[in-house]
Amino acid sequence: MAKRIEVSGLHAYYGGTHAIEDISMTIEPRSVTAFIGPSGCGKSTFLRTLNRMHEVIPGARVEGKVMLDDEDLYASSVDPVAVRRVVGMVFQRPNPFPTMSIYDNVAAGLKLNGVRGKRRLDEIVEESLRGANLWNEVKDRLGKPGAGLSGGQQQRLCIARAIAVQPQVLLMDEPCSALDPISTLAIEDLIGKLKSQYTIVIVTHNMQQAARVSDRTAFFNIAGTGKPGKLIEIDDTSKIFTNPEQKGTEDYITGRFG
Amino acid sequence: MTTLSRTKSSTLESVSAGRKARDRAAKVFVYLAFLLAVIPLVSVLWTVISNGAKRFDGVFLTHSMNGLASKDAGGGAYHAIIGTLEQVGLTTLISVPLGVLTAVYLVEYARNGRLGRTISFFVDVMTGIPSIVSGLFVLAFWLLALGMDFSGFAGALSLTILMLPTVVRATEEMLKLVPGDLKEAAYALGVPRWRTIMFVVLPTALPGIVSGVMLAVARVMGETAPLLLTIFITKAINTDPFSGAQGSLPTFIWDQSTDPNTNAVDRAWAGALVLILLIMLLNLAARLVAWLRKPSSR
Ligand SMILES: Nc1ncnc2c1ncn2[C@@H]1O[C@H](COP(=O)(O)OP(=O)(O)O)[C@@H](O)[C@H]1O
Ligand SMILES: [Mg+2]
Repeated sequence: MAKRIEVSGLHAYYGGTHAIEDISMTIEPRSVTAFIGPSGCGKSTFLRTLNRMHEVIPGARVEGKVMLDDEDLYASSVDPVAVRRVVGMVFQRPNPFPTMSIYDNVAAGLKLNGVRGKRRLDEIVEESLRGANLWNEVKDRLGKPGAGLSGGQQQRLCIARAIAVQPQVLLMDEPCSALDPISTLAIEDLIGKLKSQYTIVIVTHNMQQAARVSDRTAFFNIAGTGKPGKLIEIDDTSKIFTNPEQKGTEDYITGRFG
Repeated sequence: MTTLSRTKSSTLESVSAGRKARDRAAKVFVYLAFLLAVIPLVSVLWTVISNGAKRFDGVFLTHSMNGLASKDAGGGAYHAIIGTLEQVGLTTLISVPLGVLTAVYLVEYARNGRLGRTISFFVDVMTGIPSIVSGLFVLAFWLLALGMDFSGFAGALSLTILMLPTVVRATEEMLKLVPGDLKEAAYALGVPRWRTIMFVVLPTALPGIVSGVMLAVARVMGETAPLLLTIFITKAINTDPFSGAQGSLPTFIWDQSTDPNTNAVDRAWAGALVLILLIMLLNLAARLVAWLRKPSSR
């Protein structure tokens, strides 16, 4: 299931602005990699280059290479729509489809891609909701609108929706920043469970969260406003938080910066 | 007594008499404005209902004017109701798909490109076309140049010219309100753009689009001038909108009300009442459809 991601020499632009510069890293399968760094250093931008969501923004473009096992995601023969089925994404703000029921939200990725057959859909919906630790809370109201759930439940619904299409990789952009501490804990538990099956990348502003959930941590930074963001270092989380190679990382983690 | 007691100096109670008076004056003004806006509406409804009730009966709803002179009692608007329903039905059938697709193109694909700006300009121009001009255009082009006969369809064509820009603009506004978040969520599931538009964007905007379409339908239902030039006038029932002169409620009302005898004038009022009721019924039906589509009511 899970796949390794290897990025080399990646640059991303918004029109004329150079947003991230020359990033290379390896993201291990069946593990959680956390991205930390000050606001505006390009964490979200980099995350979105990993499932070709960056180019959805008008004028945005990417240079460089992203290998998913032995496939180049940016090869000219590759369909970006197909990439997004393999590399799923969860956003900062929970965004269930407001016109759809809980059931239809989870089934959306499959239904909209032409999967039919009620038995099969029922199965996948239940499995995904169980996978997202939400089944017990919603099993009696699958026909009710997804927008009627609490913020934390909505975010788990979005995770269920993302895993229902059975991706290899799951990207999460600050999935807990709009949630209360209890819901945050529920999502962190879930991440711990999901990593046995998926390659997980999570952007977070919360240092404790990075330390709690991730196996590896990447630190990004910018030299100044208007300059492109860069990868400063990536290493095992325990190493980054106790004995980082770079002075900038240490300053950021100990709070002497940003 | 606490510090919040009713001493004159408390900062929490410093709303001055002048501010209270201004607040009251503003309230009175708002209510007055509301009343002023409601007066014409109530008075129109009242006049139409009280005058229309006289001939609003079974005969009126099931008989045409065939074989009757306008001074005769009896007769009805059956031929006109059929005509209006068919003409407006055809108009909606042409305008809604065309208008919604145009709006989808403008909002989702054109992105301020040259073609998008050109289309947008022509939609603006169409919005400003006086209704009689749309009738004259169909008369000159469809009836005279192409040699077609008067028909309900010719009427529908002239109404389409009036309805299309309204549908495009209303749909455009609603599509712009759909949060970008939702589109991104669909793209991130590996859903292609056109399916995202069909199954996420349009359903989200649907209630607004339905309201916009209903307003447009109500507007063209009452159009008289373009119909006079395109469907002509007949007293007989013609259920085929593609051939021959056809009745319609606005032309019926116009025809009967220009006749100076009470039987005809009463029929004109009853016709106006039927027109208003039809529009209200369609509105209710559309609301019901929008409501049934919400997941909570299933
Ligand atoms: N849609 C966009 N259009 C133009 N510039 C953008 C857009 N999104 C982000 N940027 C710019 O790219 C840089 C990186 O932003 P982002 O990836 O959101 O940072 P982070 O997620 O680390 O806070 C910032 O300078 C930001 O202003
Ligand atoms: Mg961000």
